Amino acid sequence: MQKRRGATQAKVPAANSLRSIMTSTPFSRARDHLGDAQLVELYRQMMLIRRFEEKCQEMYTRAKIGGFLHLYVGEEATGVGAISNLQPQDHIFTHYRDHGHAIARGLNINELMAELFGKDTGTSHGMGGSMHFADITKNFWGGYAIVGSHLLLADGVALACQMQKTNGVVMVFFGDGATNGGEFYESLNFAQLWKLPVVFVCENNLYAMGTPIEVHSSVKEIYRKASAFDMKAMRIDGNDLLTVREQVAEAVEYARSGQGPVLVEAMTYRFRGHSAQDTQKYRSKEDVEQHRSNDPVLIFRKELIDAGVSSAADIDALDATIDEQVEAAVRFADESDVPGNEWLTDSGIYAAPLATATVDPDLV
Amino acid sequence: MPVLTVREALQQALHEAMADERTFIIGEDIGHYGSTYGVTAGFLEKYGPERIRDAPIAEAGIAGLAVGAAMAGMRPIAEIMSVNFSLLAFDMIINHAAKIYSMFGGKFSVPLVLRTTNGWTQLSATHSQSFDSMFAHIPGLKVVAPATPADMKGMFRAAMADPDPVIFIEHTLMYGVKGEVPEGDYIVPIGKSVLAREGRHITVVTYSRMVHLSLQAADILAKEGIEVEIVDLRTLRPLDMSVALESFKKTNRAVVVTEDWQSYGTSAEIATRLYEQGFDYLDAPIQRVNFREVPMPYAKNLEQQVVVTTERIVAAIKKVLNRS
Repeated sequence: MQKRRGATQAKVPAANSLRSIMTSTPFSRARDHLGDAQLVELYRQMMLIRRFEEKCQEMYTRAKIGGFLHLYVGEEATGVGAISNLQPQDHIFTHYRDHGHAIARGLNINELMAELFGKDTGTSHGMGGSMHFADITKNFWGGYAIVGSHLLLADGVALACQMQKTNGVVMVFFGDGATNGGEFYESLNFAQLWKLPVVFVCENNLYAMGTPIEVHSSVKEIYRKASAFDMKAMRIDGNDLLTVREQVAEAVEYARSGQGPVLVEAMTYRFRGHSAQDTQKYRSKEDVEQHRSNDPVLIFRKELIDAGVSSAADIDALDATIDEQVEAAVRFADESDVPGNEWLTDSGIYAAPLATATVDPDLV
Repeated sequence: MPVLTVREALQQALHEAMADERTFIIGEDIGHYGSTYGVTAGFLEKYGPERIRDAPIAEAGIAGLAVGAAMAGMRPIAEIMSVNFSLLAFDMIINHAAKIYSMFGGKFSVPLVLRTTNGWTQLSATHSQSFDSMFAHIPGLKVVAPATPADMKGMFRAAMADPDPVIFIEHTLMYGVKGEVPEGDYIVPIGKSVLAREGRHITVVTYSRMVHLSLQAADILAKEGIEVEIVDLRTLRPLDMSVALESFKKTNRAVVVTEDWQSYGTSAEIATRLYEQGFDYLDAPIQRVNFREVPMPYAKNLEQQVVVTTERIVAAIKKVLNRS
């Protein structure tokens, strides 16, 4: 995949002179704008996602985690870069590959690991599992497991933001495979028709589960699908953290200003299989290895060290702290209680249970 | 007490709901067209396009946007013009509205009211169906199908006050039905069935438009000295069988009348509950009156043989009485 750093659509947050504009890069502009500490924080988020998920794979193999496990490994730059532009009043919807977005939004990794372990202390009391992380206190409305469906829910929250005049923006993540079903087209039409503040972020990792994009989509450049709705759209390098941040910033501000939604196509790649059980017969090891040489976490790590933002020793120390936090999350999850049987009664199904039970109390 | 039609009672209920500024209505042809069945006629002029949202013909979107807005603090009313079109919104209704509360550990709910209509009038196969049992099958939904103008208004108010998704099933052939409607605010609770007519010989368990046909059948049979008791379930989920079982213990005979296909339909669940919980009181096999199990034909002579008629209800009641 071609790198498109410093794409022409980028805004320049803190340019001091024509010379600096001409010679600046997303990295230098972000450094000027955010400062070194914030750059390290973005690295920390990416590495926390990476290490958390490597631990998930291990715990899945040890049968501590059940069901499906879809890892975000390789796509961290897209989630972290995009979400770094959001304010507390903004909202996130995502798909079943939701670990990265949850961590980037600052959800508690102890509760996330507990959710994976099916424990009562999990973000959803162990009722959702890997595909359904949520935290309403952070306007993180959850991962959804029916491909493309949550785009319409995102439109609905955006409509609420618009009617309530909260100035909030909704960011919704989905894959290239979600752009062929009807719900995608309905959601784009509604959003553009009503100028809803939605940033649609398509994480194009080139596969709909195991079906290559050449096989599943008549249009290979997903961002062009927005043109049918007169919607603003852009295609960006999803593997470069600060390019993602800079380009998506523009989309977020556009949506927030009331001009309408934006479709962002972030080109990325999933290093692991679709799920933990995927044998990946649909792509060669060479292809995967080639993409692994473009690892967004390691590239950004090197950039930080080369630019003198942080020393290798400091980064190593940060990595060690992350490892300890992940281990602590596993201990927290292990030691937590399982959810109680009240989740099998009406009180677990309805916010307002009724006098007449829908669940048969005599069920044997 | 004033006498209103079902349409007028619903209009009152919807105006009451619009007093809550969190409420908006989203649906097809509810505004500019003037409302297919006239329920929201005049609403666009009164409340404006922000709150009376004419939607594209995109049922998943109508339901999905309403679900999302409900999650984020609004109190939307979604209108799916005909229940036949709700199939296009089933992902939003079943995979989302019904699941979100429990799947996310009870952290947020979906206070959505989704209005839709059953009905038929020579509209052929795809415009004459009922999916009551498909909605009522789903844990996480509340499903109501009132029969009278008073219940329409009171249950709509209950639905709007409810924090969970409520499927509100109306009937295209019932909008002109008249009845007394109390003035002012009142609630008819979800999940409470009621006696529609007292009698001592046989129990008819039914709901929605079939309540009215069953009442007509009871009038006919009264002339022959047969006293029919009629139970209006009003809510399909949660299903309150207490009134029906009390009646059944008295009459020991029952007919279940529902306007859907028999196999796996709502009458199957209702009859099973009577058998399971009233077996000791049973004097004769329960009879069911439903749609004949074919896609609805257009030709009027054929359609009339598919739908439930007063005559078929009368015949079923006589059959049960003759066998005991």
